[in-house]
Amino acid sequence: MTTKQSMHIDPYEKNWIRLSIGLLVMFAAAVAVAGFALGIQVPTSEQRVDPKTVAEVGPWANPGLRELSPGKYEAYVLAQTWQFMPREMTVPAGSEITFYITSKDVQHGFKLQDTNLNVQIVPGQVSKLTITIDEPGEYTYICTEYCGLAHAAMFGKLIVE
Amino acid sequence: MLENYELSPGEKKFIGWHLVFGILALSIGSLFGPLQAFEHAGLDLYPYLQPLFKSYYQGLTLHGVLNALVFTTFFITGFLTLTVTYGLTRPLRYPKLNAVGFWMMVVGLVTTAVPLLMDEASVLYTFYPPMQAHWSFYLGLTLVVVGSWVEGWGFYYTYYAWRQENKGVRTPFISFSSLITMVMWQIATLGIAAEILTMLLPWSLGWIDGADPQLARTYFWFTGHPLVYFWLLPAYISWYGMLPKQAGGKLFSDSLARLAFWLFLLLSVPLGFHHQFVDPGVPAGWKFLHAILTYSVFLPSMLTAFTVVASLEYAGRQRGGKGLLGWIRALPWDDPSVTAQLLAAILFVFGGIGGLTNASYNVNLVIHNTAWVPGHFHLTVASAVTMSFMGISYWLIPYLTGKKLWKPKWAVIQSWIWFVGMIIFSNAMHVVGLLGAPRRTPLGLAPYIPEEWNGHLLRVGIGGAIMFVGMYLYVFIVAKTAFAKHAEPATVEIPVAEAMHDPQETPDWLDRWVPWLIGTVALILVAYGPQLIDQIANISLTSPGFKVW
Ligand code: HEM
Ligand SMILES: [Cu+2]
Repeated sequence: MTTKQSMHIDPYEKNWIRLSIGLLVMFAAAVAVAGFALGIQVPTSEQRVDPKTVAEVGPWANPGLRELSPGKYEAYVLAQTWQFMPREMTVPAGSEITFYITSKDVQHGFKLQDTNLNVQIVPGQVSKLTITIDEPGEYTYICTEYCGLAHAAMFGKLIVE
Repeated sequence: MLENYELSPGEKKFIGWHLVFGILALSIGSLFGPLQAFEHAGLDLYPYLQPLFKSYYQGLTLHGVLNALVFTTFFITGFLTLTVTYGLTRPLRYPKLNAVGFWMMVVGLVTTAVPLLMDEASVLYTFYPPMQAHWSFYLGLTLVVVGSWVEGWGFYYTYYAWRQENKGVRTPFISFSSLITMVMWQIATLGIAAEILTMLLPWSLGWIDGADPQLARTYFWFTGHPLVYFWLLPAYISWYGMLPKQAGGKLFSDSLARLAFWLFLLLSVPLGFHHQFVDPGVPAGWKFLHAILTYSVFLPSMLTAFTVVASLEYAGRQRGGKGLLGWIRALPWDDPSVTAQLLAAILFVFGGIGGLTNASYNVNLVIHNTAWVPGHFHLTVASAVTMSFMGISYWLIPYLTGKKLWKPKWAVIQSWIWFVGMIIFSNAMHVVGLLGAPRRTPLGLAPYIPEEWNGHLLRVGIGGAIMFVGMYLYVFIVAKTAFAKHAEPATVEIPVAEAMHDPQETPDWLDRWVPWLIGTVALILVAYGPQLIDQIANISLTSPGFKVW
């Protein structure tokens, strides 16, 4: 019985491994630049709420847009089976909107079509993401997580004028 | 030594029962796939299923649970029983223990099936709270998982006994890789074990008032990502350890094959947050760390790609294939088992590329929860894995039953049908997902569908119809084989590939468990520990259960 302890790697395979590692390092660098330098960010932990009372007290008792300064908005969105509150919002083109979204019942999703805004809505948590929309038009936001029988009908509209 | 070893009739029967339940689950679960695809294309057949099946979602839950959880777990535990015992050329150390594990899985399956069929658990196979299923659904799933653990313990005892009898010998590759698969699974499933036992089960029984949906997601995806490696690794065992032999070649590199499996053990678990990139309750920094770790688990898959292709090229050249690509044509494409696995591997290339996209942190914002995602995993679990298992069963069922495969030619055609259907289906799903179509949604009922999705949704339906034919042709062929009254007797040799270099030359550190296990646990503690402690310390069991279907 031989007990040779060195590992045999074919030269082609060595190159393949180098190439693979190189590619992966490149990808990692690309998402890091996009995430931290260009600011294409994923949500992070924000704040907690009590899903049993969130529809009665606090900002989601009165969901909708708040204008902070010209062209700068906060949007408080409450998800519930099977609708978003509010169902429609209107902002001027070029506005920066920060969404604060939560659910008073089950999990939902919030995807603003034709943009990068896409987030999971988890009861007890607040999903916060910011976006600036320059192009006027009607953007639908749809529920992207199964939330019960009429999930397919759950959507709203952001009008950019 | 392998040539003379034969499993006992009892062992063959035992493995056969795994396949019976697995393929039965697949054939029921797959009924709903085409229905979903047709629904997307505008043909809603669900009204005709009343009152047997109440909704799209009851069907989708059955589709996910039966195909992705039940079929896979039964097939894999059965297949690993074969690879462990045949590779070690010794029977199970405690066959009764394995039998207990198996029947626990069966009891668990029945316990889960009852609420599913009664529409009391239409929560999809991810069962995110606070949607609340009947407690028997969670209990049944627990039994399936624990049953698979018990079978795994049976493998470990068997390995230990073999080790005592064979000191200093390298563990045969197919057994070695099977054991790693099982260890990885047992570590990975601690996540849903914690989720169900500490939260969902007491909550559904009314013992606690609320669940913490965010913590539940974290627990779930601790298991949910390595779950896909639990599906994939048995296919890799076949691609590395068996397919080269079937194709007429050898395993190109025994040591790199082993290294790849160790890396899968090390890296499969600590990256679950890449399923939670858009979750609100997980800090972005942790998500980024898991994104990087996800890239690193791509490395053993790249190793696999190289070794498998090199092994096949060697086989093709042995068979007289010439030129840069001529060896591909020289492979035995008339062998249904080989064809199924080759086509599986080709589809997996596209699945891998898509997977890398999904894993890319902020790029995930574009595709999260869109139809892209099921488009992706029908290339992986429903093709790379399912087609490989189909291919394996084309020799395994004749081996177990002693009956020749019914019409091998049709079995070759079967693989091609699935392949063509899948290309149409998955391409359409990817595209319509990029355009923004959500997953888990009966799009025929959605009021917001733009005109431009319709052509792609039609292709989803066409691909689904072709896949339907491919799936049930498979079920027909294996049923015809297994239940044939006057079949020709089969003399099947279990294909085990020799390595180009004697495995005894493989370095010793690639056959030692302790350092790798320590590394695995350490990496999990680093990548998950602080977040788990934080989320558990701040647990808020505030969500009551909802039945919204
Ligand atoms: C028979 C051919 C099949 C067709 C036409 C098909 C079609 C589909 C479609 C259209 C969806 C998406 C539904 C939606 O998001 O609303 C889906 C989901 C899914 N399929 Fe398949 N499928 C098939 C076979 C399989 C197989 C063999 C597996 C696994 C072994 C599988 C696993 C899954 C899983 C895990 C889901 C996700 C369920 C969920 O979102 O909860 N499918 N399938
Ligand atoms: Cu919803």
